[in-house]
Amino acid sequence: MHNLFDTRQHPRIAWTALALVAVTLVVLPWALASVGTAWVRITNLAILYVFLALGLNIVVGFAGLLDLGYIAFYAVGAYVYALLASPHFNIHLPFWVILPIGAAVACLFGVLLGAPTLKLRGDYLAIVTLGFGEIIRIFLNNLSQPVNITNGPQGIYLIDPFRIGSFNFAAGQTILGLDFSGPIKYYYFFLVMLVAIIVINIRLQDSRIGRAWEAVREDEVAARAMGIDTRNIKLLAFAMGASFGGIAGGMFSAIQGFISPESFVLVESIMVLSMVVLGGMGNIWGVILGAVLLSFVPEVLRYTVTPVQAALFGRTLLDPEVIRMLLFGLALVLMMLFRPAGILPSAVRKRELETPGKA
Amino acid sequence: MTGVTDMAGNDALLSLSKLQVAYGGIHAVKGIDLEVRRGELVCLIGANGAGKTTTLKGICGLLPVKAGSIHYAGSDVTGKPAFRLVRSGLAMVPEGRGVFGALTIEENLVMGAYIRNDADGIKADIARVYHLFPRLKERRRQTAGTLSGGEQQMLAMGRAMMSRPKLLLLDEPSMGLAPLMVQKVFETILTISAEGVTILLIEQNARLALEVSRRGYVMESGEITLEGEASSLLDDPKVRAAYLGDTD
Repeated sequence: MHNLFDTRQHPRIAWTALALVAVTLVVLPWALASVGTAWVRITNLAILYVFLALGLNIVVGFAGLLDLGYIAFYAVGAYVYALLASPHFNIHLPFWVILPIGAAVACLFGVLLGAPTLKLRGDYLAIVTLGFGEIIRIFLNNLSQPVNITNGPQGIYLIDPFRIGSFNFAAGQTILGLDFSGPIKYYYFFLVMLVAIIVINIRLQDSRIGRAWEAVREDEVAARAMGIDTRNIKLLAFAMGASFGGIAGGMFSAIQGFISPESFVLVESIMVLSMVVLGGMGNIWGVILGAVLLSFVPEVLRYTVTPVQAALFGRTLLDPEVIRMLLFGLALVLMMLFRPAGILPSAVRKRELETPGKA
Repeated sequence: MTGVTDMAGNDALLSLSKLQVAYGGIHAVKGIDLEVRRGELVCLIGANGAGKTTTLKGICGLLPVKAGSIHYAGSDVTGKPAFRLVRSGLAMVPEGRGVFGALTIEENLVMGAYIRNDADGIKADIARVYHLFPRLKERRRQTAGTLSGGEQQMLAMGRAMMSRPKLLLLDEPSMGLAPLMVQKVFETILTISAEGVTILLIEQNARLALEVSRRGYVMESGEITLEGEASSLLDDPKVRAAYLGDTD
């Protein structure tokens, strides 16, 4: 994978490979739409999960801070969007104004979580972040009185889709003779955002900040001895990870049109963390792969399990949901046994597991 | 380098006055005075638990200073965090080396130059470290975790040199090393010192430390009990009896 996309070592192979990926990604929604528009929607959600996984990867993979409440930032971003673009308060700001606000608010929450937990590591940090995630969800559930801010468990309805002037992302439209459905329009927008975020991530990893995160993850005292302000660099990881989550949350709000606290439960945090771990903590391409796999496989199962069983046994023995969790658990156990550093491990993580003694 | 001369008229790069540092509720350093002049190699020796490492952590801002002051290069740096001190040329090699085990030797060295921005200078300094430690050059692509204790110590010192320090604090560089390796590490300390880096060496191995140093301080349960020229400390009967294993 690395050699295939190495533009310096093998420019011809690399550019050809990149062009192929690009063409595939452009054609993809049309191919999916021919199976069913639902698949384009699933793809859009998968892209959001890639966003989340990349954001969490900054915190967990780069800086080594285990965060079990990451979905809270997604929730913050989603609610910021919903409150500023729905009939709930009758505010209808354009999305390009709200997405940065959502990122900023989520970033603020990231710092709020980061600041008191700076001295914690490992299990302790995990527990605090887990609690933080739940606190946010419970707040969203209960902030309906005395002043109705979040509308409680009922959630917020009729959230505005993305609009640029009269161009509405949610409405179907014929452009250049092609029938663009709403999800396909969103898909292209998400794809552009995704490329931007991947580029930001790659640049971050190779930057001084990336190196500082690496040092903090390896040994905090030594990192300080290198002249790294470990406090700020950890806060920065929380803040950046949270911002990505916030943006993804806003996009989620817009494509769903309805959100409630139920979308931001602990299992979601664990799901995103699993994507990061399964794909390969610290490796951007691994994390993307993990997110894509864990978003699509359950959907594929949902559509195949029942018909396959019907064909084999004439009736449904196991519910798709049950099989999904079974396979999911099995996959994680097998991964930990055979590829503990993930499907596409980061170079450092791989070495860590191979290095005797010092982990 | 023209030194900032302090009021007393001597050329002190680091001076501790009445420094007190607590370590987890224990009053481990009870008001010590210590001075390191520019270009000097000074050692602080003492038994396990005497408060040597706590002193060093106090200097680096890794432990809070309870009372007293630390002056470095003419300014008060009491309680200044370690990462800021590095930027003003005070580098530390922590106890137990603290190399980044999963990173390669070269990556460790690059990390040591974190505060610098001059790519060419960094490259030149990496070459200098390799010249100093040929062993590291052979293994530059290997991870630091695969090195022996002595090699890790050398890497830690080389990494500290990457920040171009004026003052280097070494915490127990001989700890857990084979005698032959200890010898090598001390030779390196002398080489670094000869390059003009001022060094404060904290050691349990009193004999070796005093042999390489110009001056020495002896620490006992949080206090400095003896100080002076290293050669005279080596001859001091009390030092000989307590730290050099002299039984006659």
